[in-house]
Amino acid sequence: MAPILEVSDLVTRFYTFDGVVHALNGVSFDLQAGETLAIVGESGSGKSVTMMSLLHLLPMPPARIEGGSALFHDDSGTIDLLKLNRAEISRVRGGRIGFIFQDALSALNPVMTVGRQIAESLERHLGLGHEQCRRRVVELLEKVGIPGAKQRYRNYPHQFSGGMRQRVMIAVAMACNPKIVIADEPTTALDVTVQAQIVELTQQLQRELGIAVIWITHDLGVVAGIADRVLVMYAGRPVEIAPVDDLYDHPGHPYTIGLLEALPRMDAAGSKRLISIEGSPPDLMAPPAHCQFAWRCRYAFERCWNEVPPQVSVGPQHHITCFYDVNRERPRDNV
Amino acid sequence: MILFGVLFIIFFMLQATGDPVSLMVSRNASPEEIEAVREAMGFNRPLIVQFGDFIAGAVVGDFGDSLRHKQPAMDLILERLPATVELATTALFMAMLIGIPLGLLGGSNPGSLWDTLARGAGLIGQTIPNFWLALILIIVFAVKLGWLPAFGRETWQFLGITLPTRSVILPAFALGLFTMGQLVRFTRSAVMEIRSEDFVRTAYSKGLSDRQIYIRHILRNAAIPLISIIGVQFGYLLSGSIYIETICSWPGLGNLLAEAIGNRDFALVQAIAFFTSLVVVTLNLLTDIAYGLADPRIRYGD
Amino acid sequence: MADAAQTKGTGLLVDQEADQGLGAKLVYVGRLLWRDKSGLLGLIMFLTVVFSAVLAPWISPHPPLKQDLRAAKRPPVWAAKGDISHPLGTDNLGRDLLSRIIYGSRVSLTVGFFGVLIAGSLGLVIGLVSGYAGGRTDNVIMGGVNLILALPYLVFVVFIAAILGRSLINVILIFGFTDIPIFVRITRGEVLRLRESGFVESAKSIGAGRLRIIFDHILPNLLGPLITIATFEMSAMIFYEAGLGFLGLSVPPSVPSWGNMLATGRKYLTIYPWIATFPGLAIVFTGLGMNLFGDWLRDALDPRMRRLKR
Repeated sequence: MAPILEVSDLVTRFYTFDGVVHALNGVSFDLQAGETLAIVGESGSGKSVTMMSLLHLLPMPPARIEGGSALFHDDSGTIDLLKLNRAEISRVRGGRIGFIFQDALSALNPVMTVGRQIAESLERHLGLGHEQCRRRVVELLEKVGIPGAKQRYRNYPHQFSGGMRQRVMIAVAMACNPKIVIADEPTTALDVTVQAQIVELTQQLQRELGIAVIWITHDLGVVAGIADRVLVMYAGRPVEIAPVDDLYDHPGHPYTIGLLEALPRMDAAGSKRLISIEGSPPDLMAPPAHCQFAWRCRYAFERCWNEVPPQVSVGPQHHITCFYDVNRERPRDNV
Repeated sequence: MILFGVLFIIFFMLQATGDPVSLMVSRNASPEEIEAVREAMGFNRPLIVQFGDFIAGAVVGDFGDSLRHKQPAMDLILERLPATVELATTALFMAMLIGIPLGLLGGSNPGSLWDTLARGAGLIGQTIPNFWLALILIIVFAVKLGWLPAFGRETWQFLGITLPTRSVILPAFALGLFTMGQLVRFTRSAVMEIRSEDFVRTAYSKGLSDRQIYIRHILRNAAIPLISIIGVQFGYLLSGSIYIETICSWPGLGNLLAEAIGNRDFALVQAIAFFTSLVVVTLNLLTDIAYGLADPRIRYGD
Repeated sequence: MADAAQTKGTGLLVDQEADQGLGAKLVYVGRLLWRDKSGLLGLIMFLTVVFSAVLAPWISPHPPLKQDLRAAKRPPVWAAKGDISHPLGTDNLGRDLLSRIIYGSRVSLTVGFFGVLIAGSLGLVIGLVSGYAGGRTDNVIMGGVNLILALPYLVFVVFIAAILGRSLINVILIFGFTDIPIFVRITRGEVLRLRESGFVESAKSIGAGRLRIIFDHILPNLLGPLITIATFEMSAMIFYEAGLGFLGLSVPPSVPSWGNMLATGRKYLTIYPWIATFPGLAIVFTGLGMNLFGDWLRDALDPRMRRLKR
């Protein structure tokens, strides 16, 4: 399988009035063509910031991308997303990489019809004429499962229900048949049944069109249902990346373990207390020169407080950034 | 409903603040003379009757005759109205011409020179009292430089329509300064706010050009509340012209009001107060309607 | 900063925030003022006016009412016939303009301050009642408020002033009462917002009485917006007082007020323009200071500050 996206050492910082926020401290991962990669992490872990950095969607005065590369391997060649200028990146956005945002109500222009908002993309990237656009818009709306598409394309976002709106968002993102679609917590604001529908829809579209999907979420349940591989982030760094089954069966990083333990289980004998990870979110303004997770890690030992752990392999396609070996219950010696 | 309240307030205020008759006659009038006037004007009738009469008259636009001018108050008002409308409209136009583009430029380029100019303009509009500005403008433009006429209104006739001449420029500019300030501030903050909205980010994520995003997404959203602001400001301009008209001898409603107050011509004052309120309230109503039509969330709300 | 993280032990967000004492808050305010120097400038300008008003008898070169016909109609010191004894010139009755302007600030500030005090306190109470009681009371009160707000302000202020006659008290009362609706609206808005946010519910659930809720929860949140609005309204009142004075409807002509001076100045506009120019500049100066400060205040009291309040 060929990687379609290769991100290495992405560093992004926000220069604010109160100080510098080190949002991303060297993020690396890759995305294979046609696969679904889930990115998991708590608020502030940098999952959204990573994606938005790739497409230059962060407000640039406070934000600065300060390092790394993001190689996008397209049919027409390889480009480094981070090095593109405004004109070039605007051709990639929407045309070759689509974005689905979390809250469809605020992510859609309230005074423009839904059809028009989809058509904008089509006009821009595919150069379709008026009538062609209209037909394709109806087609797209039907494909994402909106009943009465032939009339509803003239409606405004507020006239749709939450789930329907999210489908519209999907239509907007997929309009020009992009190679990659990035979905930033698309189902977080929806209730569970609708969530399932959206997940199903995404998978179906993905199969049909062969799109690679990056799905950002903090919900491990969704991850289990949709992902091929999972990337776990903490404090602006990737801490674990693994194929989905491996992650759930043999988690390697203490944070991942903590996350999985925190999930209430149906099969737990008796009613046990919910286990949570101790401590509070990390301070991104003063990143330490050692493992960011050390304060909350139950396995932390001396080395964890002195150096930043490198990425090590613990299985096929399974890497973690940690000094400890959870399986053998002792520090790793090959690091 | 509101109009009734307005009438009530006007009437009530007049009655409650002292004997209107003694305000109207000269100080040397004897008690008999005062009584005579009181009776002639009907002020000795029970209050309720007077109020009823007032309302009845108001409905048909009859506010009684102006004391000074010996003409029906309403006629005087209508006679002076076009001048004020001309002044207010010109002021609004000037304010929009300067204020809106400046606000747009400032809001789209925060921290830039345009932004500083926009904020400065907003501040100027807020802090310079229009009557003082009129005085200064007169000193500078009319007296020292002699470019613009300072007093009176000149018009020219074209195909039967009365059109303004440059005599309106100075007064309109002074009157419109505050509005200009409001427009700059609003437009600037609207643009700044909208730029950080989620849907603008979505627009960027679709790869649209800056210009497309600006016009279709940012401007379109800013324009809707702008309608409200413009409507309200127009009402303000129409009703707040008293100082400018007095200073520049502009023959409009404001001037009439000042005169009426000076002459203790309360029938006229009441009439003007009511009429102005009527205009402003109606204008607000129309603005609300326009807003409702323009915003699809309201028009197609469910 | 990097050292602080290490020595603090946990480097976690919560611990750092808990460290903010009063000193830290003041420093934060200072930093904000410094960064946005316009706020500082506004404050200084405003304080200048306040000090002139307070110290008027000591800093005025002449008594404001003293007429000296021999010195009448003198231009400011930098003009041909000017004189240092009357730095800004004199008016038609020979009264020193600088002194009158300094004294005039007293009228303006008094009107502004007490006007806002009346409007603010009454508006606060009415707004609290309206927002808290809800239902018909709220509807009636808001009906009244909207009615008053719908009316053309200037016309009515002039109208009332004409009826009441010239006096300082009248002016204060007029502005004090006509500005109530604005404060009512703000207060009510905050009350409603807080009610919806569940604050009130949780307070009630632990048995807090109504008054307690109001004082502990609602008022602190109101303080910020109210003070900001008060600053702007005060500035507006100073303007309107000047306007009324200009029409001869404000304080009696013997009292030096900026509005009265403008009225005098208007008569001699084309020949002795300075009589009108300087009072106006004083108004602009005051208004500018207050607006700059108010703008800064509004930005500073935004959610940013709320971070420290905990």
